Amino acid sequence: MTERNQRQRRPAPGLIFFLATSGLTLILWLVHPAAVVRAVPFFVSLLGRIWPVLIFVFGLLFLSNLFLSPQLVKRWLGHASRKRGWLIAIAGGILSSGPIYLWYPLLRELKEHGMRTALAAAFLYNRSVKPALLPLLIYYFGWGLTLILTVYTVAFSIIQGLIVERAAGSVTSPHVRA
Amino acid sequence: MRMALKKTGKALLQALPILASVLMLISLAVANIPKAWYARLFTGTVFDPVIGAAIGSIAAGNPLTSYIIGGELLRRGVSLLAVIAFLLAWVTVGVIQYPAEAMYLGRRFAVTRNLTAFVLAIAVAALTVLTMHIAGIVPRVAP
Repeated sequence: MTERNQRQRRPAPGLIFFLATSGLTLILWLVHPAAVVRAVPFFVSLLGRIWPVLIFVFGLLFLSNLFLSPQLVKRWLGHASRKRGWLIAIAGGILSSGPIYLWYPLLRELKEHGMRTALAAAFLYNRSVKPALLPLLIYYFGWGLTLILTVYTVAFSIIQGLIVERAAGSVTSPHVRA
Repeated sequence: MRMALKKTGKALLQALPILASVLMLISLAVANIPKAWYARLFTGTVFDPVIGAAIGSIAAGNPLTSYIIGGELLRRGVSLLAVIAFLLAWVTVGVIQYPAEAMYLGRRFAVTRNLTAFVLAIAVAALTVLTMHIAGIVPRVAP
């Protein structure tokens, strides 16, 4: 049997994860049904809230598949991008909305096209700066804390990016391939 | 065009079970962990920032929820350092999302990113509190 056939016979990790989570939920439902019943309305409301972001992210994925070449990604987000790459990753992270996990497919696609690992990590770290929620953060904790925390978060996203890149290299996961 | 559509459709199909799993785990965690439970875990010792970052790492949901819980923790006497570590870890560390992150971006990437985000949550919190202290800024607690 060829390696390709073996790979095709192996179930997808995403499917295994789904089956494991479903199994866990089923066991919880058998042991403590109220815990699962309580989670259902939240699941439905979460599903209702994320679909616009899901469409947006996969729209971007489609556009990147259509227009982005590895050369272009390398120039804008690769090692040669320098300050420009960092600015794009930081601004992208701050401006991106929706749950973090919706952005993984797009980041993987960009990484496969040549995006620096450090910039992917910086993008994810900067998602903690939420412009829409800044007034609320100021309301709860004051402008001083908000300002200092925001500046440090952006600055440390670069440090984190460099650490992650040094540790993880620029190899993309072989588990989920488009 | 057809190639790009096919590739995106395939990526979406692969993403759906992963997204559904993460949504299930988040729903179970958020619906079953009462907000008051968080305050009980703090000890009032030097370990509170680590406890704050650990709780923030496991918790999931909208960052707005973390602000509300953070404000409540401050009112209950939990240190500002621990609360900031909690707020930062809430948005930068994702224990529940880890399997999805590892599948898409690689296990080493996900492990390093989450571990460094955990350590940085405490470090950035300490630096923020220190800077506020030096600048003479008094933390505000919402009424």
